[in-house]
Amino acid sequence: MTAISMAERNRLETKYPAVFHQGFMRRWGLLVGIGLALAYLVFCWFFFSVGPALQNGKWDRAGIYIQDWYSWRAQPRLRFEDGVVVPQWSSRGQYAEGAEIDWLTPHADGGMTATFGGAEDRLEISTSQVDVYVDGVAWPVMITEDGALAPGNPPANIEQDGSKVLVSYGFAGQAEIRGNQVAVQRRFLGWANFLYDTRSPLWGNDLFDTIGLVVSGHGQQVLEEWLGNRAWQHADILAKLMQTLVMAFVGTLFATLIAFPLAFVAARTITPNRAANWLMKRGFDFLRSIDMLIWALFFTRGFGPGPIPGIAAILFTDTGALGKVYAEALENVDDKQREGVRSVGASPASVNRFGVVPQVLPVFISQSLYFWESNTRSATIIGAVGAGGIGLKLLEAMGTNSDWDKVAYMVLLILGVVFLFDNVSNAIRSRLIGPAAH
Amino acid sequence: MTDVALSPASQTLLRHYRGQVLTRRIYSVIGVVLVVVALLAAMNYANAANSGKFFERLPYLFDFLKTFTPNDPMEIFRAMFDIESPYYDGSLKFDYTSDRHYLTESLYIPNFVYQLIITVNIAVVSTIIGGSIAFGLCFFASANLVGAGVVRWIVRRIMEVLRAFPEIVIAGLLTAVLSIGPIAAIAAVSLHTIGALGKLFFEVVENADMKPEEGLRSVGATWLERVRFAILPQVLPNFVSYTLLRTEINVRASTIIGAVGGGGIGEVFRLSIGRDHAAKTYAIVILLLVTVVCIDQFSGWLRRRLVGNQSFELGRGAA
Repeated sequence: MTAISMAERNRLETKYPAVFHQGFMRRWGLLVGIGLALAYLVFCWFFFSVGPALQNGKWDRAGIYIQDWYSWRAQPRLRFEDGVVVPQWSSRGQYAEGAEIDWLTPHADGGMTATFGGAEDRLEISTSQVDVYVDGVAWPVMITEDGALAPGNPPANIEQDGSKVLVSYGFAGQAEIRGNQVAVQRRFLGWANFLYDTRSPLWGNDLFDTIGLVVSGHGQQVLEEWLGNRAWQHADILAKLMQTLVMAFVGTLFATLIAFPLAFVAARTITPNRAANWLMKRGFDFLRSIDMLIWALFFTRGFGPGPIPGIAAILFTDTGALGKVYAEALENVDDKQREGVRSVGASPASVNRFGVVPQVLPVFISQSLYFWESNTRSATIIGAVGAGGIGLKLLEAMGTNSDWDKVAYMVLLILGVVFLFDNVSNAIRSRLIGPAAH
Repeated sequence: MTDVALSPASQTLLRHYRGQVLTRRIYSVIGVVLVVVALLAAMNYANAANSGKFFERLPYLFDFLKTFTPNDPMEIFRAMFDIESPYYDGSLKFDYTSDRHYLTESLYIPNFVYQLIITVNIAVVSTIIGGSIAFGLCFFASANLVGAGVVRWIVRRIMEVLRAFPEIVIAGLLTAVLSIGPIAAIAAVSLHTIGALGKLFFEVVENADMKPEEGLRSVGATWLERVRFAILPQVLPNFVSYTLLRTEINVRASTIIGAVGGGGIGEVFRLSIGRDHAAKTYAIVILLLVTVVCIDQFSGWLRRRLVGNQSFELGRGAA
């Protein structure tokens, strides 16, 4: 590096004052902005009381909810009845009546063995004593009148909690040993009974068996049993998804059809009437500014829950939004083509048809496709506030706090559909206006 | 018109031209017919799936509005500013005063205004958080800065998933853990913002002029320095403009998320329309309308100052 002379330095400074003597905002503006944003975030930390809320969060449950997305748990209660251990399943039991369960084996003496993963980790349950095997070592838990009693110096997996003993095997499951029962929670990867519910004659067939059945000509039965799955309600979920898609499609299409002629009235280059332009544009602004949520709740009151209020909400909001976009596109058209058509004596309608529409139609269609895409997402959410569709189904599934596997399934369906539509509308768009334009 | 004699070459041209026009028209007609059929099928389906049928319900659409009117127009403003109602009969419907948020002994913020402040704050916070993360990610997603295909591919897929992931699921999961409150809404809107802004940001970066970057590379600048001094000055105005646009969208998003369990004005609105509180509902509608219009106008003015009119043409559909 060679240093520059003083004279050269002065010359450069006087020649480029904007580089050497920048204003305060230019020099520090970015830092000031970042500082203000940070200060604002700190303020909001207290405004929303984030700290206490995070502290009071049920984080142990969050782990379970997340695990529920990709796994399922069987949770029988093994009750002690007159010296015999009797399994009791909830109404949502994942096993058919009398099915043989490989991890839960009853013994001739009335006891029961529940294995968690390998044979090293298991519970040997009898009504007087539960032997907890952790890594092959037995820890006897005594069942007494006052509850369960853990042995001295137990490993970290075994914990005495009042009159209960809690046993944890990590992901494989956990057990709660009490004076009168053992509540077992056994977790498996995957979704239980996703294909067929326990009452179906096809229960127990996995995916490969199912493909075999379809190939051997039982496709009809497979489809019926799958759609009729009582645990997963495939038919209902798919119908709700369809409703959501219909909402987005019909709403956007109608909005396009209505906004198209109105935009010609709103564009001042097409309709040389200031009052009409102004009125139409303010009308668009009004429709646009009222939130989709408000329209959705309003029409749900009018039409009752279902896709129609969803359609109406999208229609009203997007007529405003599309009308505004269309009118702007119309005001930017090339005047030469209109002049050309007008110069040969065409009627005003023909001037618009042949001088304007060919220029703007690709832009219009491309914008409508954008809105269609984004409305597929919006329809999910306004469905949740009452318009129906998959959004409401999602909200119901989340409300139970135990159907997270179903939530995951619906999320996957929605993601799939959104990606599909993304690609379809991208393909149409690049055909229409060339790949560069989006 | 027809008496103009055409040369054989021109006649061939005309014939081909007409042939092409015909093909084009046939395709257009097929397209329109397909769309109309799909539309009719979809509408029929929607009508069958709805609990109230469209044409049966249409005449009664505005019926609920007839009973859904406040006792007098001033009621709306009383509800808006938490002023005691002369119709107060002990019921929640005319109880405007009990939800005041007192700052001092006598100075208070009306409840709906307070809820609106919460909603707007949720939107701004999520835009800042989501925008910052999108800013950090976008340089790794643009083809002109990151040669490695794997990094780019992963970052872009992450953004796509975040964009398409239903917001209510994130809100619902966090509501189950943290109980109902604004944090769920902030997380949901922020995550979506990362995806949406990230996409717009990396497209801007990819369109940046690479000559300054080349200049810096030639004097041996590191990757970070090149991004900071060659790319950032070019893209920053557009980034700010998109972020402002996103703030507008996020105000609406946080209203809706509020209605499904995020708190704020959305929840208050859903409750009040569900309980038939006419004056309160109209008060919220007016407040929301005014807020949305004000924010739109302000951010429009700021964007026009920052990048001129082009900001209104680019990437509009990325909502």
